[in-house]
Amino acid sequence: MRRGARVMKSIELEINGKRHQVYSDPQTRLLYVLRDELGLTGSKYGCGEGQCGACTVLIGGNARRSCQISLSAVAGKPITTIEGLEQNGRLHPVQQAFVDAGAFQCAFCTPGMIMSSLALLGQNATPSESEIVQFLQGNICRCGTYLRIVDAVERAAKTMRERKS
Amino acid sequence: MSSSAQGSSSEPERYEFRARPIHQFAWTRRSFFKALGAGIVVFTVAKDALALQESGGARRRDEREPPKEITAWLHVGEDGSVTAFTGKVEIGQNIRTSLAQSVADELRVPFDAVRMVMGDTALTPYDMGTFGSRTTPTMSPQLRRMAAAARDLLVQVAAKEWNVAPEKLTTADGKVTATATGKSIGYGELARGKALARTIPDEDPVTPPERWTIAGKSVPKVDAYAFVTGKHEYTSDLRPPGLLYGKVLRPPSFGATLVSLDASAAQAMAGVVVVHDGEFAAVAAPSEREAQKAVDAMHSEWKTVPQPSSKELFTYLKQNPESGDHEYHKEAGSMDDGLRRAAHRLEQTYTVEYIAHAPLEPRAAVAEWARGKLTVWTGTQRPFAVRDDLAEALHVPHERVRVMVPDTGSAYGGKHTSDAALEAARLARSAGHPVKVVWTREEEFTWAYFRPAGVMEIKAGVASDGTLTAWEFHNYNSGAAGIGTPYAVPNQRIQFHFVRSPLRQGSYRGLAATANHFARESHMDALARAAKIDPLEFRLKNLSDARLRAVFEAAGKSFGWPAAKSKPGQGCGLGGGVEKGGYVATCAEVAIDGESGEVRIVRVVTAFECGAIVNPDGLRNQIDGANIMAIGGALFEAVAFENGRITNPRFSTYRVPRFRDVPRIETVLIDRKDIPSAGAGETPLLGIAPAIANAIFDATGVRLTSMPLAPNGLQA
Repeated sequence: MRRGARVMKSIELEINGKRHQVYSDPQTRLLYVLRDELGLTGSKYGCGEGQCGACTVLIGGNARRSCQISLSAVAGKPITTIEGLEQNGRLHPVQQAFVDAGAFQCAFCTPGMIMSSLALLGQNATPSESEIVQFLQGNICRCGTYLRIVDAVERAAKTMRERKS
Repeated sequence: MSSSAQGSSSEPERYEFRARPIHQFAWTRRSFFKALGAGIVVFTVAKDALALQESGGARRRDEREPPKEITAWLHVGEDGSVTAFTGKVEIGQNIRTSLAQSVADELRVPFDAVRMVMGDTALTPYDMGTFGSRTTPTMSPQLRRMAAAARDLLVQVAAKEWNVAPEKLTTADGKVTATATGKSIGYGELARGKALARTIPDEDPVTPPERWTIAGKSVPKVDAYAFVTGKHEYTSDLRPPGLLYGKVLRPPSFGATLVSLDASAAQAMAGVVVVHDGEFAAVAAPSEREAQKAVDAMHSEWKTVPQPSSKELFTYLKQNPESGDHEYHKEAGSMDDGLRRAAHRLEQTYTVEYIAHAPLEPRAAVAEWARGKLTVWTGTQRPFAVRDDLAEALHVPHERVRVMVPDTGSAYGGKHTSDAALEAARLARSAGHPVKVVWTREEEFTWAYFRPAGVMEIKAGVASDGTLTAWEFHNYNSGAAGIGTPYAVPNQRIQFHFVRSPLRQGSYRGLAATANHFARESHMDALARAAKIDPLEFRLKNLSDARLRAVFEAAGKSFGWPAAKSKPGQGCGLGGGVEKGGYVATCAEVAIDGESGEVRIVRVVTAFECGAIVNPDGLRNQIDGANIMAIGGALFEAVAFENGRITNPRFSTYRVPRFRDVPRIETVLIDRKDIPSAGAGETPLLGIAPAIANAIFDATGVRLTSMPLAPNGLQA
């Protein structure tokens, strides 16, 4: 490494409730650290320009494109990735709903779809079909399973409401 | 089927069907059992080995020298687990599930007992590739024959152990049962401690669809858990120890050649390996970012050559003919007579642009060399062809190359070539480390290949009673798939013309059938209107193929054809056809915004028939997905290029269908248990583009003849 080529810093990340110390350039995009350094490969590279949603993670409760967001912007903030949803061997209701609705083909978009859906349901427990469509507009499923994904989000919303009450 | 006018299903396709010699993999039976454990194996062998095998009696040859070239297809282990081997690959089309259904069904074991090993050149029998909707019609029956052979063998073993006639035994749920006594024994127990192998017999009837128990059902997709938890590892997710990340220096434009390269700055970077081998200049580095930096630090000079641009595309295609090896030229009757007898004659040119596959997982490969052997993981539809390409390009015997295909983030015909695999393998050899190459989205949109653009010219005539009298159809460049007409026309001339393509082009889901159906079914609509006959009635009037009639009738019925128009901007259209053994008819309703000209697809009804249905839910998923993917090409997708550069190589500039583009879709499945199953991944695409074009005409009176039809809506 040439000296002065980049500023390396020790940065603390809180991912899925666990603290990770990474030594990296603070401008590095979160996606590459998740995938290449921490081995959390559930978040996918699909475009690198925030257009396809395959890399979606939650920062706080908000859906963010991890290919666009730098380490410095997320240091110390709670990050949730697809790997953090399953609890004690039990799928999260959104994950279970995708299974039940058969809402995938190649499934490369699935982690991003699930993370975006989770963010939506965090903000809106009873989204209408058009609200789901609106919210997920930035996520691409090239296989075209969109109708099933809408169905999955509706199923998940129902399960989550039932669990709360 | 032969290459007749009936929309031939096996028409060799210029861009897809690159047959190679069949290789047998040298797995000995001994090594096979060593790898999989004891049990029962069904295999095929090379011809001479087969003769040896038969003369010695296949089932008692364990201790003798096994034939050299065995290709194993199925193994029943001591725990009753079943492993089936196929060179096909899973790319989202759901064959990992549907093939396992066929194996479980035929072998009479629970679905969960079957594991598929797919697309591994070291373990699976040679396969030409996963394309052309061939898996269901060819691989599924093949695996059934293997399963039937294994079942016969298990019955024979039980018969011998119990000393009863095999006819007195039945099989179900992974067990052999004696009909008389009710005594039963599990397959695992029968396989225990044995190393039995048999070849498949010439004649061994498989279970007909009426008696399927596991096939024919909506078995959920296997590996769903791995997909929703992010645990499934695609090629791009693999991280073997010591992994380096590869990046390739790309030319500034198509056709450019490297004049000079100064890679000293890249070379000086810590941990960076530079490879410069002919036109190939690339780096491997400890991280993606460092690799990018190193490539950016290379100073290169290129000699460029002028290249065509999209604005002159269709003129270019007409002016640059080429001779080709799969000519398609059909003549019947006399066009002159046919046109003379016509009351209405219509002539029209239709065009389609290049479009991109844009699989969400870009091309990717991980390559590793160890002790002179090369292992490559890559998302490809043709693992054996990639293996041969690697062997040839890197000058290693193909026995020393192993290609494995993790279930892949889709392909749609776009992952036939070995580009990423070659790049990773070349880098890995110099680096002495495993190297991963994942194309960026921009590389994917630029350096992959595209669905061929095309020009279709049609001249047709219809008599005053609405019967077709003449049909002349020319396709320039886009391809011969689906070029024929399924309608009865006595006088025909149908021809495919090879063209020097301005862009690298190749296979695509549906191939040229999408373009040819768009042109034909649009023209049929125009002819129906000229003859003042309802478009559905007009088609049925000229159609004798009962299966195609049935899907048109079913789609029309569910759609409520002819639909009454209740508001301005509303329009309905239909289109359909037969291709690769599948029959499709699609009706669409559009709504056109009078102010903005935006075309919205309101609802779609697709009727589909592909013989006996293997997995109804999987089939519905494919049909919905095909319709949605096809909406992109129909309405707005087009690759824009200028002088050797793609000018829209991003999802922000190349629009693909998203949630808001999706209409209500109703699917009508016709399950013909009396007809062998055909594939269903491609043909459902074919109806929707003409249905939309015809619906736009119905709404506006404007005949759109170029796909995409309305990239920016319908402007005045």
